[in-house]
Amino acid sequence: MSLENNTSLIDEEIIRKDESKGLHNLIYVKDLSLWHGKQQTLKNVELNIRDKGITVLLGPSGCGKTTLLKTFNRLTDLDPDIKTTGSIFFEDKDILTKNIDVYALRQKMGLLSQRPHPLPGTISDNIRYALKLKGIKSKVEQDDRIEYYIKKVALWDEVKDRLKYSANSLSIGQQQRLCLARGLAIEPRVILADEPTSALDPISSRKIEEQFQELSKEFAIVLVTHILRQAKRLADYTAFMYYGEVVEKGKPSDLFENPKTEIFKDYLQVGH
Amino acid sequence: MNFSLRYYIEKLRKSWMIISLVIILSLPFLIGISLLFKSWPLLVSTPISEIIFSSNWMPTKGNFGLWPFIFSSIVVSLLGLLIMIPFTLASAIYITQFAPNWISKVLRTVIDILAGIPSVIFGLWGIIVIVPMVSEWATSANSANASGYSILAAGIVVAVTTLPFVLNMLIELFESVPRELKESTLAMGASHWQTIKDVILKKIRPGIIAAFTLGLSKAFGETIAVLMVVGNVVQIPDSIFAAGYPLPALLANNYGEMMSIPKYDSALMLSALMLLIIVILFNYFAHKVIRFYQSKM
Ligand SMILES: Nc1ncnc2c1ncn2[C@@H]1O[C@H](COP(=O)(O)OP(=O)(O)OP(=O)(O)O)[C@@H](O)[C@H]1O
Ligand SMILES: [Mg+2]
Repeated sequence: MSLENNTSLIDEEIIRKDESKGLHNLIYVKDLSLWHGKQQTLKNVELNIRDKGITVLLGPSGCGKTTLLKTFNRLTDLDPDIKTTGSIFFEDKDILTKNIDVYALRQKMGLLSQRPHPLPGTISDNIRYALKLKGIKSKVEQDDRIEYYIKKVALWDEVKDRLKYSANSLSIGQQQRLCLARGLAIEPRVILADEPTSALDPISSRKIEEQFQELSKEFAIVLVTHILRQAKRLADYTAFMYYGEVVEKGKPSDLFENPKTEIFKDYLQVGH
Repeated sequence: MNFSLRYYIEKLRKSWMIISLVIILSLPFLIGISLLFKSWPLLVSTPISEIIFSSNWMPTKGNFGLWPFIFSSIVVSLLGLLIMIPFTLASAIYITQFAPNWISKVLRTVIDILAGIPSVIFGLWGIIVIVPMVSEWATSANSANASGYSILAAGIVVAVTTLPFVLNMLIELFESVPRELKESTLAMGASHWQTIKDVILKKIRPGIIAAFTLGLSKAFGETIAVLMVVGNVVQIPDSIFAAGYPLPALLANNYGEMMSIPKYDSALMLSALMLLIIVILFNYFAHKVIRFYQSKM
């Protein structure tokens, strides 16, 4: 099978359709299935991820949201038991094929995990490491960017006097913003956020949400959340997953007002 | 009635726990004090610095310079540590980061088996395998002592006896690193090796230092396996092929013999006291390191 053909097919046909509707998509998930050994975790997932917008993934625990995110940056490679079929098209390539440069791919897909995991070292070390991975060697330039990204996540005023302190000395909410800054420092195209506020207090959560709203003007954001209200506040596009399938997807206004399936209705009910 | 019975049982249970606790807590002090008491006669007649740093060991003439033993102990345990470090680090990284599940399981079982082997068996194995090997090296290096019974042989054997102990600690350390930290690093585009080198090793560095310190301490106190291969000659070894005589070997070989010599048992008690203090210091240092970094990280 020829990859080239597949790629252009996806891109040209669908992109033209999308754009005629005024949509700009960055990632196209096509017939994606995934197995953990014998157990199938994702089932024929079809999903488009908006560029410059927030795509929210909803669904009960264990339905495969995290797994789907991990296929986007190929963290699924870590588990030798995982098998995938189907395609994920991103920037003219199917990123599930063998010959993709995973390191370059991962630098385009910034990850924000459920709990912040600062790297060992100081606050500025955390961002410096990302910059080093990006190939920025000049110390001056690194320092400039460290300031830039810490400001970008609205953390500067809180940490400017203690950049040389251990990153673990920050509060969890501050650590999460630091991790966001670190992720932005690798200059991604996409931000994959897996329940990024679930470990945070309401005020810190709100700060992250505000960040996301701001960042969605520049990036494609895929946000997994269990908080329905957060989904409603942030989503430009929503997909509801159930047992590995994308059961419903669409604009949040349509989706939340008129759920089509009983499962999603139940989910919305329980969520309230 | 029922209540008061319960009350007394509770009270008994509590006091029993406290008594056991007190005994356990005071054991090191009790041992230390009895050793100090026994070594007192020597300590009052000779300055401690002279006992520690003098190489003159002539019990019959009343000369009890312990330096040859202390020096042998230091050299043997450092040698053991040096040999052990690369092996344990490499194995721990392989087992926790690269090995497929089944290999990792097999290796862990082997380590547990090694950990359970009595050290006298390592000593015998040293005599059968390591000593002849070292003897060959010594011969080709034209060493004065070509017997193979040497501090090098002791270093190798002690490396093997402490290896499972240190390796288990290292494995536990590597596994204490959250999977998500690794994933976050990889997600920034770091390679697997960069992740290990820049993040995982850095994160657990204090633990690694502590593990090696505890390993050193164990090597320092290793007795039977060492005395079987170290040659037991009272001298300052001048090469790694020379025989040595570490402190624990001195104690194990001589206590109970020649006790008629005045102050001889005092000298042995003092060596035991020093051994105890050194090992406690090592352990204390290891815990300090962990504390220090835990508060910083
Ligand atoms: N390493 C693994 N091996 C086997 N099964 C796994 C593995 N990781 C995940 N799974 C399974 O895949 C399914 C989806 O898991 P996933 O973590 O993607 O769910 P999730 O939607 O993110 O759930 P949550 O909301 O609780 O985070 C679950 O049934 C889980 O048991
Ligand atoms: Mg999840």
